Order: sequence, then structure tokens, then C-alpha cells
Amino acid sequence: MAVGVLALQGDFREHAAVLHQLGAAPVEVRLPRQLAGVSHLIIPGGESTTIGRLLDRYEMLEPIRARAGRDLAIWGTCAGTILLARQVLDVKKGGQPTLAVMDITVRRNAYGSQLDSFETLLPIPLLGEPPLRGIFIRAPQIETVGKGVEVLARLEEGAIVAARQGRLLATTFHPELAADDRVHRYFLEL
Amino acid sequence: MEKSTWTTKVGLAQMLKGGVIMDVVTPEQARIAEEAGAVAVMALERVPADIRAQGGVARMSAPELIVAIKEAVTIPVMAKARIGHFVEAQVLEALGIDYIDESEVLTPADEEHHINKHKFNIPFVCGCRNIGEGLRRVAEGAAMLRTKGEAGTGNVVEAVRHARAVYGEIRRLQSMGEDELFVYAKEIQAPYELVRQVAEMGRMPVVNFAAGGIATPADAALMMQLGVDGVFVGSGIFKSGNPMQRARAIVEATTHYNDPEIIAHVSKGLGEAMVGIEISKIPAEQLMAQRGW
Repeated sequence: MAVGVLALQGDFREHAAVLHQLGAAPVEVRLPRQLAGVSHLIIPGGESTTIGRLLDRYEMLEPIRARAGRDLAIWGTCAGTILLARQVLDVKKGGQPTLAVMDITVRRNAYGSQLDSFETLLPIPLLGEPPLRGIFIRAPQIETVGKGVEVLARLEEGAIVAARQGRLLATTFHPELAADDRVHRYFLEL
Repeated sequence: MEKSTWTTKVGLAQMLKGGVIMDVVTPEQARIAEEAGAVAVMALERVPADIRAQGGVARMSAPELIVAIKEAVTIPVMAKARIGHFVEAQVLEALGIDYIDESEVLTPADEEHHINKHKFNIPFVCGCRNIGEGLRRVAEGAAMLRTKGEAGTGNVVEAVRHARAVYGEIRRLQSMGEDELFVYAKEIQAPYELVRQVAEMGRMPVVNFAAGGIATPADAALMMQLGVDGVFVGSGIFKSGNPMQRARAIVEATTHYNDPEIIAHVSKGLGEAMVGIEISKIPAEQLMAQRGW
């Protein structure tokens, strides 16, 4: 089975490069038919409003929803987390299309503008030592999680930055920019 | 926790890849751009076509307008500062926007020096016509580049020339021997260390978008096929007959740049494109791409 990278907009090439290094052959997904044969899908960093609009316009919301967490494992990084969340706070005026498949509530641009983007060493017990370099760019924050959701990482002050619900994985930071393939390897095992 | 590192500055540009950044002059235009799927908006005083038509000195937009645009949308907001006008840049940083464009579309404030962009926490995008100019801007601290094209003309020919120059030179660099890089760096007046990096990576050290003269979905897809990471569209949208529909079409053509059937489909029924200008009819002193050095 192939690993898909949603390539409507964003840093999908960075994700594809990590997958190549791991020996997986990534498939760029821009249209519904490209989902056939894909067992894992990464939703990259980018603009959630842009990606959501294109998912809607090219009729991909339903085909992905129908398989999400079942025969399709999905990992969202940053914008991808927003697209996965059942509830999104601080959406654009008029709302924005999302997949809404994971039991988390996410606040967009939770830390402020680009001037508040940051890097920090992030302990993720599940991945062992050393801590991962967390790169947060105009990042969202996971505010609450539902019953079936496992929290995988928090910032020192307690904010949730990574979570998993079965075969759905959400990280509000960008492992694909950190030259550390541990989260990619973890996702491929889901 | 470290804020405003080089990684976060370059990182935001990486998140914009495969997208369209639209010039807007009002909050209403910003909302149209966001609804159409723009990845960011560029706040400015007048679109380049009007700067060209009206003449006079073009400056940074009024702070209250930039704040109103920032409040109108949730996507990143950029704004333009005049070349070398580091106080306009300080003001834009104080307004808490996301990116500054040190832009040749505005009237340059300094004809010798660009802004020392290392002194700022906010990231900058700068224009270039070739590798040498692009790497000089990166050496000054630019975290993103755009080929200059010729803004406000609706004529893509200069954007194509500049993209061909950048990507052609990168291919040439990759085939050069290590010993030849020193002289090449001298010839293009760029720092050797950055030249060596480009030769090794086979790409510019930061994200490079296309700008200047993109007016149709086909123009946007053309630039993407030539190798750029995304496109800036200014006058091409809000100087056309149906801005919302054209903006959406350009967004979709940028995503599906390798799919002629989709580009054909989104190009239908767009109404009038902006009236273009033949570059050779523009007096030399009014060419914006010649500004910056």
C-alpha cells in the first residue's frame, strides 16, 4: 500500500523527502482518484483555509472522511491538525471547510502572528530520548481532547501539541522541518 | 523557547509553497482573497497598475489600513516597505504583521543600500532577477525571494525571463567543478558560501516565488512549471472583470499546474483580464525591475 501526501498546497515536498529517505514511495494526492491504493495520508503544513477550500472544490472531503481512521491512517501537521479537528476556534469569517474527523478542539493562530513563531525542545515520551526539536509556525493549539484521544506531547506550560486517536495523528508543529524522522516512522506503523 | 529563528522565518515561506499571495488595498479585497483560497495577502497603498498610471511617490500603506486588513482575515498578512527604508520596516514590525516585502514596486528610499534584514525579528521577502541578486538579498537576511517580473503590466514576459535566469543558472552551477565556483561567485557578485550551497542543494537557499505580470491561470501555471514555489498576483486580480472568479481560478491553476484539462476548465468564463502593457513601450526610467541592485 502506498503513502499519500496531500499536495494541494503547503510543504508537501518536505514530507515526501522524509518518506523517500525512509524507503516509502510517496504519492502526491491532488484529486480523489489518487487516493485509491493509499493506506496512509499526510496532510502537510500550509494554509488550512486554502487546503480546505481545494478539498471541497475537488470533492475530496467525503472520500477521505469515509475512510479516515479505518483503512486510511491520517497524520496532520499544523494546518493538517486544523483540518482533522471536529471543532475549530477562530476560523475565518464565513467558516471554512474541514474534514472534522478527530475528537479534538483546535484554536487557530493560538500563539499570535509570525513574530510569535518559535522553536523548542519537545519531550515526546513515546519516541524516547532525545527530545524532538519542535518548530511552531503560526501554530494552532489543541485545547481539548475527547475520550478516545491520547495526548502524546505538551509544551512545558501544558498546552497539548500532539495527539492520537486510533489511526489519526495530529501534531501542531513541523517534524518535516526538523531533520528527525521519528514521527514519520511512528506514523507509518499506525 | 526561541522566537524568530532563521528556521521559523524560512519556515513560514515553506508553508506558503504551492499557493497564491494576492495584493489587496482594502479589508474587503482581503476577504475576497481569503475566500478565494489565497495563502496570504499583501497590504499596499495602491496596486502596481495604479502606481504606474498615477505616478508620484509610492510608500508603505497607512498603518490603520494594515491593521484593518489584519483584522479582516486569518491568513498571514504581508506589507511592502520601500527599498532601504528601515524605519518603514520597523513600523511594519511594530504592527505585528507576518512578513515584510522590501519592494521595488514602491519608490526606493535608498538607491545604494538595502535594509539590513538581520536586525529584524520579522521575516522579509525581496525581489531578484537572477541568482546573484537573489543571493545578495539572502546575505542581507531575506528569508524568501520572488523573481521581480515587471509589476502592473499584466505582461508575464519579464517574470519568465527572471525565472529562466534563476533556474537556468542553478542547473549550470550544478554542472560546475568545485574549482570554478570561486570565479562564478565573483562574476555574479554573490557570497561564495551561498553560491556553494546552491551548487550543492540544486536550489536557492530560501523559497522563491514568481511575481510581476501574472494575469491569467495559464500565467500562474507557466511560472510553476518553470520551477517557482508559488506566485504573487497583484493588479491581475482586482483590475480584472470578475476578481473573485479569477482569484479562484488562479489558485486552482497553481495547485494543478501540471494538469492542462483543469487549467482549461478554470480558464473558462472569467470575463475581461486586465489590460496589459507592452514592456518596450515603457520608458526605461519607469521600469520597476531595474530598481534594486
